[in-house]
Amino acid sequence: MTPPKHLTSESVSGAPVPDEPVSGAPVPDEPVLSVRDLSVRFRMRGQRYIAAVTGAHFDLAVGQCLALVGESGCGKSVLASALLGLLPGNAETAGSALLDGLDLLTADEATLARTVRGRRVGLVPQSPAAHLTPVRTVRSQLEETVRELTGTRKPAVRQAAEAAAERAAFPADHLDRYPHELSGGLAQRAATALALIGDAPLLLADEPTTGLDRDLVERTVDELKRHTGDHRALLMITHDLAAAERIADQVAVMYAGRIVELSSAEAFFGEPGPRHPYARGLLNALPEREFTPIPGMPPELGALPEGCAFAPRCAYTTSACAHIPPLNASVACHHPVLDAAPAAAAQEATRA
Amino acid sequence: MLELDAITAGYDRRAPVLRGASLTIAPGESVGLLGPSGCGKSTLARVAALLHRPDTGRVIIDGEPARGWRHRAPRAQRTAFGVVFQQPRLSADPRLRLRDLIAEPLRANGLAADVARRVPEWADTVGLGDELLGRRPHEVSDGQLQRACLARALVLRPRWLVCDEMTAMLDASTTAALVHVVEDYRRDSGAGLLAVGHDRLLIDRWCDRTVHFGDLKA
Repeated sequence: MTPPKHLTSESVSGAPVPDEPVSGAPVPDEPVLSVRDLSVRFRMRGQRYIAAVTGAHFDLAVGQCLALVGESGCGKSVLASALLGLLPGNAETAGSALLDGLDLLTADEATLARTVRGRRVGLVPQSPAAHLTPVRTVRSQLEETVRELTGTRKPAVRQAAEAAAERAAFPADHLDRYPHELSGGLAQRAATALALIGDAPLLLADEPTTGLDRDLVERTVDELKRHTGDHRALLMITHDLAAAERIADQVAVMYAGRIVELSSAEAFFGEPGPRHPYARGLLNALPEREFTPIPGMPPELGALPEGCAFAPRCAYTTSACAHIPPLNASVACHHPVLDAAPAAAAQEATRA
Repeated sequence: MLELDAITAGYDRRAPVLRGASLTIAPGESVGLLGPSGCGKSTLARVAALLHRPDTGRVIIDGEPARGWRHRAPRAQRTAFGVVFQQPRLSADPRLRLRDLIAEPLRANGLAADVARRVPEWADTVGLGDELLGRRPHEVSDGQLQRACLARALVLRPRWLVCDEMTAMLDASTTAALVHVVEDYRRDSGAGLLAVGHDRLLIDRWCDRTVHFGDLKA
């Protein structure tokens, strides 16, 4: 397999990006992860490109949780794969993602395998039951990971694996079970235990709550928050806004491959609320809010409209929207929403 | 009226998943069924939709007891139900284009002549464009595929809808969009609904009446 190509001179992004990250929240110094103008596109047959991520730009500090939210197919998971160096061969990347001084986008496979995956980035996967090896017990998988990542040797491995399980609140009497014998919640804990073994400074949770019921969602994200503590950073990719609201310090909203809003969770979920019309629409679609869908569907990443990708679904579209809005003052929109009343009126107008 | 009377069902006769559960849904009523994962609520939904034969108990559809299950159910009873499952990937034939996925119930029921008219109608209602209809399941997102699965469930205009965690895999906007499609259809047709879920906020907002799985054993 050919490694993904990294474009240094040529940027695949179309919008100007500010040098410094913009954020509604105070950004504590010394970010764990520093993503600068990160773009990923896939080369398809016939010189076609799919722009999965364009110009992503954010910092993530120790003790912070950044929730990356957006509809399915908006490029969230591709961003996660880029950070782990797990992109397929037809991917082309640009920009940088610095973790501990190492650029994850240009690092070679050996570096990624030996020093990044599991050691600097712990992955909490989307469907733990599928992530675990089906033919081996949880204990066997924990022991292997302990051996590989910490160099612990027999006879201490058994105890280290049990300690790892305990850290993620995985019950000791279930250690000798196979993945199919676990409930969704316990499989999630087993996967979390594996992710924590390397003591990585960055936890990357890709849709950690898909398919879990509400109580389990809350417990899972609370545990992730607890493991983040004040010595790790957590990047949680999710479409579950309630889960994001529960633990996030910062929220990044992604639409059609771009981060269209980046703000503190407090401002986003409380007052003054999201400022990008898409982010506002997404929040208003929640059953505890207005329960109204955003009209239309997201565009195909292979055939993005010219200008603002949200314009065809937006109530505020004007001629300015023919140009891609830069991410200014935490929102990438020509007509950011300033307060709730006009937004509600506009929603009303689009429905009528 | 859809009546589930003292249903005991499961996958092993010695250890049924649910025992003696009863539930009645009036015509046009929407009932939300809440419960934690693994409690048996999906099994009850499958019994209600004639997809799983209960060990004991009766299902009465508009006054007539169910006379068979799965493919043995009489056509008139089978087509009275539209069902939407949690995971669109597992409930869609990967070989079928979305257009044929939606058309399948029509073709299976001798209504192939209606395909040209009804499929575009329903595709439009659930928000699928012509280009998407030509794709296969692996070429669309979960949300787009679930839209097609909902259209498939509605294309025969069922009197009863069973939605088993229809929106568990979907984002907030797609969830709201699909619930609105279901509610528009019900307003138009007077169909009754059994919506199974674990998200209390959603079910309370969606349904006329919410029942907890644990309270069914009256």
